[in-house]
Amino acid sequence: MSLCSSLSSRPRSRLISRARWLLAALVVATVALTTPSPATAAPFEDAVALFAAGSFSDSATAVGELETSGHPRALAIVKALQDGRLFADEASKAVFIKDEAGKTVNAVTGEPATMPAEANVVRLNNRLRRRVEAALGSLTLLSPDPATRIAAAQAVYKSRDPAALPMVEAALQKETNSAAKSALNAARAAIVLFKPDASEADKLAAVATVKARGDQDALALLSSLPGDVPRAVAESANSAMATIKSRLALWSMVQDAWYGLSLGSVLLLAAIGLAITFGVMGVINMAHGEMVMIGAYTTFVVQDIIRTSYPSMFDYSLLIALPLAFLVAAMIGILIERTVIRFLYGRPLETLLATWGLSLILQQAVRTAFGPNNREVGNPSWMSGAFDLGQISITYNRLWILCFALAIFVVLLAVLRFTRLGLEMRAVTQNRRMAASMGIATARIDALTFGLGSGIAGIAGVALSQIDNVSPNLGQSYIIDSFMVVVFGGVGNLWGTLVGAFSLGIANKFLEPFAGAVLGKIAILVLIILFIQKRPRGLFALKGRAVEA
Amino acid sequence: MTFSTKSLLSAPLSRRGWLAAASGLLLGLSTFGTAHAADDTIKIGILHSLSGTMAISETTLKDAMLMLIDEQNKKGGVLGKKLEAVVVDPASNWPLFAEKARELITKDKVSVVFGCWTSVSRKSVLPVFKELDSILFYPVQYEGEESERNVFYTGAAPNQQAIPAVDYLMKEEKVKRWVLEGTDYVYPRTTNKILEAYLKSKGVPAEDILVNYTPFGFSDWQTEVSKIKTFGSAGKKTAVVSTINGDANVPFYKELGNQGIKATDIPVVAFSVGEEELAGIDTKPLVGHLAAWNYFESINTPENKAFIKEWHAFTKNPKRTTNDPMEAHYIGFNMWVKAVEKAKSFDPDKVIAALPGIKQANLTGGVSEMLPNHHITKPVFIGEIQADGQFNVVSPDDPKKAKLVPGDAWSDYLPGSKDLESDWVTLKCGNYNKVTKKCGGQSS
Repeated sequence: MSLCSSLSSRPRSRLISRARWLLAALVVATVALTTPSPATAAPFEDAVALFAAGSFSDSATAVGELETSGHPRALAIVKALQDGRLFADEASKAVFIKDEAGKTVNAVTGEPATMPAEANVVRLNNRLRRRVEAALGSLTLLSPDPATRIAAAQAVYKSRDPAALPMVEAALQKETNSAAKSALNAARAAIVLFKPDASEADKLAAVATVKARGDQDALALLSSLPGDVPRAVAESANSAMATIKSRLALWSMVQDAWYGLSLGSVLLLAAIGLAITFGVMGVINMAHGEMVMIGAYTTFVVQDIIRTSYPSMFDYSLLIALPLAFLVAAMIGILIERTVIRFLYGRPLETLLATWGLSLILQQAVRTAFGPNNREVGNPSWMSGAFDLGQISITYNRLWILCFALAIFVVLLAVLRFTRLGLEMRAVTQNRRMAASMGIATARIDALTFGLGSGIAGIAGVALSQIDNVSPNLGQSYIIDSFMVVVFGGVGNLWGTLVGAFSLGIANKFLEPFAGAVLGKIAILVLIILFIQKRPRGLFALKGRAVEA
Repeated sequence: MTFSTKSLLSAPLSRRGWLAAASGLLLGLSTFGTAHAADDTIKIGILHSLSGTMAISETTLKDAMLMLIDEQNKKGGVLGKKLEAVVVDPASNWPLFAEKARELITKDKVSVVFGCWTSVSRKSVLPVFKELDSILFYPVQYEGEESERNVFYTGAAPNQQAIPAVDYLMKEEKVKRWVLEGTDYVYPRTTNKILEAYLKSKGVPAEDILVNYTPFGFSDWQTEVSKIKTFGSAGKKTAVVSTINGDANVPFYKELGNQGIKATDIPVVAFSVGEEELAGIDTKPLVGHLAAWNYFESINTPENKAFIKEWHAFTKNPKRTTNDPMEAHYIGFNMWVKAVEKAKSFDPDKVIAALPGIKQANLTGGVSEMLPNHHITKPVFIGEIQADGQFNVVSPDDPKKAKLVPGDAWSDYLPGSKDLESDWVTLKCGNYNKVTKKCGGQSS
C-alpha cells in the first residue's frame, strides 16, 4: 500500500480524528494509571479502537483512517468489517477478527487472541457499507489478482473519492491487464469529473472515457455532474448522454425480447403438462397447478435430505429431484384419474368442479404437512449468478429454465410420436371406440396419459421452484396462465402450446414497460379474447374428424 | 363458486386444527361448536385464515393468540374466569370473514375477537361488528383513514411506519428520487397516495417519484426491476419504498439480487416484509435492504427474550420467528385483559369505554397506550436485513429508548382527511370534521 495517499489533504476528517485521538489519548492515559501497558498512542491502534465506540460515524472515521494508514493489517480489518467478522469489546476497547474457521485474532496485531464473551459484532449500515466498499477499493487497487483490481476500480468509480486519485494513477502505471486498465481509466475519469480543481482538458477527456463505457452507470455519473463545470464540459457531457441513451434504448429492446423469451419458457413449462391433460385428453384439469406445486415440494424434500445428510451433493439436487418429481406427480395424477376423473369423462362442468375441489384438498394437504410458510429451495451453484451480454445481463437460472423448457418439449414430442405409448395415446384420443376395437386397453391409456401430463407438470415444478415461492399457493398462480396458453395455442396441439407460450411471453414483456404490469396483463387477456372470437380453436387448430370425436 | 362449507370450529387449545381443517374440507361439512363448555369460561374469537393465500401470515397469529390465552389461564384467567379460544377459518375469503365473524358473535357468544390481516377482510367484517356491537382487535399495519367504535387498531398507522421510514431515507441516505412500488390493492394505493403527498410537501418534484403497481402474487419481476434500475441511474440517490405484499416479495428480492442491485446502490425499504417472510429466502444478496416496523425479533430486551422463549416452548420449534403483528396481538390482548379488569365486566360497551387510556408495556422497552382514537402509541424502528434473516436496527440508535409515536387515524397529508379527527372519549366520533364542527364529515 502506498504512502502517498496519506499526504492528501483532508483537513476536516483530520481535525475530527485529532479530537478523537485526544480523547483516546486521555482514555489511554487513565488506563495507563491502572495497568502497566506501554502507552504508545500510535494512530493506527487508535483508529482501530474507534470500532469499539459502537456508533456508525465512529466506525466510518475509523475506516477512513485505515484506508490512508498504509498499515499492512488495514485491509484484513476492513474486509472483516464488510463480512461481519469484526468484533469489538466496548469495555476494553479491544477489536478482534474472527476468520471463517471461527478462530479469533487480535485485529491490530494479527496474533491469536481469546475474545471476551461481551464482545459484539461491529454493526454496519448502508452509509458505512458504502464507505467500506470505497476503502476496500482503494486498498485493493494494487492487488495481484486482476479480478480484485477490477472490482476495486469499480468501487472507486462509484465512490469518486478524490483521495484515491494518486493510487489510481499509480495503479494505472503498472497495469497490464486490459480489462483492469479500462476499469481504472473509468475510475480515474469519474474522480476527475468531480474534482473541482481538475483542468477543463482533463475533464473533457474524462467525459470521452465515460462515454466509451456507455452503460447505465455512465449515464448516472454524467447526469449527476455538478452544475459549476465549464460550459464545454457540460455540453460534451450532454451529447455523450444523448448517445448513451439512444444506444441503451436499442439494448432495452433486446432486453425486453430476452425477458419475453424467459417468461415464455416459464409459461411453456407451466402449460405443457396441461397441453396433455386438457389439450389431448380434454379434461378441464383445475388441479394441474397443484401437480406443479407437488413437483416443487419434491425438490424441497430432496434438497432438505441432501442438506442434512450429503451436503457435497447439493449441486446435483435438481437432477435427483427431476425423476422423483415426475414419479410423485405422475402417481398422484394416476390416482386422481382412477378415483375421480374416469367417472366424469364427457361431463366438463362436473370435471371442472371436481378437479377444483381436488386442488383445494391437495393445497390444504401440503399446508398441513409442510406448514403454510414458504420453503427455501436453493439454487445450485451452476444456476446462480449472471453474465453480461453487451449492455444486458442474463441470469443463469433463467437461461437454464429456457433450455430446460425446450428440452422437455422435445422429449414430450418424441414420446408422442415415436413410442408405443404415444401412438396408443393418440389413437385413443382421436377415436376411442376404434382404438378399443383394435385391442388397446383404453382405460389404461387414459390413466397413463393423465399420469404423463401430471408427471410433466411435476418436472415443471422442479424448475419453477428456482424462481418462485415454494408455498402451497404456487400452483394457483400458474393455472390461469396455463389455460390461456393452451387455449390460445390451440387445444390438442403441442406446437401450438410452444408458439402460444412464447408469443404471450414476448407480447407481455413488450407491453409491460409502457402499460405497467397490471394493465399489461389485462391487455393480453383482452387480446386473447378477441383472438379467440376470430379463431375459436386457437393458433393451430386440429382439423378433420378428430375434432368432432 | 365458493365451497362455503370449508369452515371448521376446532376445539379450544387444539393443536390438531390443521388436521381438522383438512378433514373439514374433505368432508365438506359445516361442523361447529364442540365448544359448549361450562358457563364459567369466557370465549375469545380468533378470526385468522388457516387456509388459502393469507394462511402464510395469519396462521402464526392464531398460534400466538392461543399462546397468550393459555398463558393468561395459567395466571388464573380474567375476573376469576377461564378463557377459551374459539378458532374459525375464514379461508382467505373476504365475504367468509363476515360470515365467520357473525357466527363467532351470535352463535359462540365470544366477548372479543382478535383477527383479520388484509384491509379488505377488515372492511368486510366492520358492519358485522357494528351491528352486533362487539370488539375487534386488528393487529396489522394498515393504511389508516378509518376509526370505528368497535375496532381497536394495534398495528401501525401510516404515520407510525411509512412516514418515519421515508424520513430516515431522506436524512440518513440522502435519497432524492423515489420509487413507490406496491401490490395493486387498497393498502399500497392509499399508503402511496399519502407518501406521494408527503414527499411533494417536502419539495420532491413529481418527475422524481415513480409509482408502480403489480398484481397479487406477481412473479416475473425482470421488467419491473430493470425499470427501477433505469430510474435509479438518473444521477440522484434513489430508493424504493415497497408496499409489495405477500408471496410476490420473494421473487422480487430474488430478482434484485439477480440484477445486482445492492442496498448500497438502491436501498429498498419494505413495510410488509418481516422475519416470517424472509424465512423462505437466501438473504445474503439482500443485506442492507430495510424494513420499517414497530417490533423486531432482534431487539434485545428482557420482555422480548421471555416472549421469544415462551413462543419457542409453546410451538415446540426453537427456530420459529416472532414478528410485528404478533407483538400487536400481545399488546392488544393484554390491554383487553386490563380493560376488562378495570370495567369489572366482559360487556363490550363497558370494555370499549374502559380501553382508551389503558397502558401496556410493549416488548421493546416502552409502554404503549390506547388512545381515544382507538389506535395505540408505538415506537418506530428501521431495520436492515442481515445475512441470518434477522434485522439489525439502525434507527433509532438505541432501540430501547425509542420515542413512542401516537397512531393517527386520519392522515395529515391527504386533502380529504386532514381536517378529520377521531375521538371516541369526548367527541364520541370517529370522523369529526374540525372545520365544519360536525361528526361524520368525510369517511373513506
